[in-house]
Amino acid sequence: MEICVLVKQVPSTDKVQIDEETGTMIRSELESELNPLDMYAVEEAVRIKENTPQTKITVVTMGPSSAEYALKEAISMGCDEGVLLTDRKFAGADTLATAYTLSQYLKDKHYDIIFAGERATDGETGQVGPSVGTQLDIPILTYVNKIINITNDTITVQRAIEGGNEIIQTQLPALITVVKEINEPRLPNLENKLKAKKSIIKIVSNQELKIEEEKLGLKGSPTRVVKVFYPKISRNGEKVVVKTPQEALEKITSFLKEKGVIS
Amino acid sequence: MNQEYKGVWTIAEVNDGKIETVSYELLSWGKDLATKLNVELSSVVISNKAENLDSLIQHGADNVYYVEDEKLEHFYPDVHTNILKKMVEDFKPEIILASATTKGRTLMPALAAKLNTGLTADCTDFEIEEKTRSLIQIRPAIGGNVMAKIKTITKPQMATVRPKSKLPLAKDENRKGKITKIKYDEELYQSKYRWIEFKKDETSVQPLQQADVIVAGGKGLKKSENFKYLQNLSKKLKGAVGATRAVVDMGWIDYSHQVGLSGKTVSPKLYIAIGISGAVQHLAGMSSSKYIIAINKDPEAPIFKVSDLGIVCDALDILPLLEKEIKSGDKND
Repeated sequence: MEICVLVKQVPSTDKVQIDEETGTMIRSELESELNPLDMYAVEEAVRIKENTPQTKITVVTMGPSSAEYALKEAISMGCDEGVLLTDRKFAGADTLATAYTLSQYLKDKHYDIIFAGERATDGETGQVGPSVGTQLDIPILTYVNKIINITNDTITVQRAIEGGNEIIQTQLPALITVVKEINEPRLPNLENKLKAKKSIIKIVSNQELKIEEEKLGLKGSPTRVVKVFYPKISRNGEKVVVKTPQEALEKITSFLKEKGVIS
Repeated sequence: MNQEYKGVWTIAEVNDGKIETVSYELLSWGKDLATKLNVELSSVVISNKAENLDSLIQHGADNVYYVEDEKLEHFYPDVHTNILKKMVEDFKPEIILASATTKGRTLMPALAAKLNTGLTADCTDFEIEEKTRSLIQIRPAIGGNVMAKIKTITKPQMATVRPKSKLPLAKDENRKGKITKIKYDEELYQSKYRWIEFKKDETSVQPLQQADVIVAGGKGLKKSENFKYLQNLSKKLKGAVGATRAVVDMGWIDYSHQVGLSGKTVSPKLYIAIGISGAVQHLAGMSSSKYIIAINKDPEAPIFKVSDLGIVCDALDILPLLEKEIKSGDKND
């Protein structure tokens, strides 16, 4: 079976702190990592490989040359090879342009399943996965929390949707986005770490893809960020050190009454 | 060419024939925008059955487009996308809003890809740029760290909207509008999907992102059994139970309850954080709540920075009292 996993490199999420003065969140801009929610996609692919002979996993990303590290993280978890789509012309792409570039690379490859994380922890759109699937004209299954069965030409999954789980089947090839509860990603073992270190990432630029420039990067992006601002998230709320639970109760109930939550 | 695109559309969500509240929230946003643009507001319903379509009109729609077919019982992304693509090509709306639910966040990227237009995810606010009549889409990113104003230079301009970001308009029984039933050719209903079953989550009264009140717990609850207090409280307040990543990772409660950067982002009217210290990753998922109450025994806990009312005490001392004090049906509707 041929599996592809789409990943993204994101700024590290465990480095964020609140700026006391402005009440906004600050994060180190230097640190980046494999999008934590992509690890579940990688893990799920590796589990299929362990149970299906002759399975190969290719991990693909689009990003700056430093995104190689995210690919190597995925290889250290058990993926076979990494492909980095990188070109100055790709920069500034929104979700549609990103998905277009990815799908132009993927369109003549033959993957049975393409995995992606639910969303990236930086942009938090969750749009690239479904958009890639649609642009490749293959079915998309989103919010998957369990793979129930895979045959030669079908996949049956469980999707976490509002109010419960839906079981649904579709035809392969398909694009699957997974949620966190699907598995517990492994830590890389020594052997795979060494493999990742030695692995050579395949670099693909637009010289190879030959996409018209109007469809790439910022130029190819129908959405434009016109302004960015930093909301203040801290509130000047009341903080009470209570002496008795009764006092706490009174504080809370009077707050709830005042705000009309209870009568 | 873009001039021919006119009108605002909202995509209604229907579950077993019943119109979901998020559909009315979208109409509330849609009404705002349609009024500013001086165009019609339409609600699109794609379903095998739908009760009380008039209520969409009573909540602000001028038109209801109802695509009805027995084959539309389940959400099949390919069928829904193809129907909407056809409708957009036929009617040419300038704006399409859908709710940022699992359905909206699946359907809209697929539709945008088919229409080759822009899409902005999980918006919490909108404006109309007067000069250009463009839709300005406002959304948080990087866990609420940054707010971005985004414009779409193609038509239609599409966005998913965070549930609870706006209250539905009051129902106006006298409001008049038009309901148009639409039938399409068989081939449009051909799907590559086959629905098998739905397993209802009996522990959740309602989806987390659609709850008015969320009672959330963290490690300060000490053990998983203590979530029962939160469950009872949330039931009485007609709300839902939330949790931090730490307690979900420990297996105290299902992932579907996780709030934060690697869980769900919520904006309820009231968020009660119990025994939650307030790691930035958690704050990212709940800091846009209207009111926040925090109960934590550590006076330095970061959760107090974002709370409107902070109570410094051991959550376990107060939970039994609170559970007793709040009565069922106490909630104002």
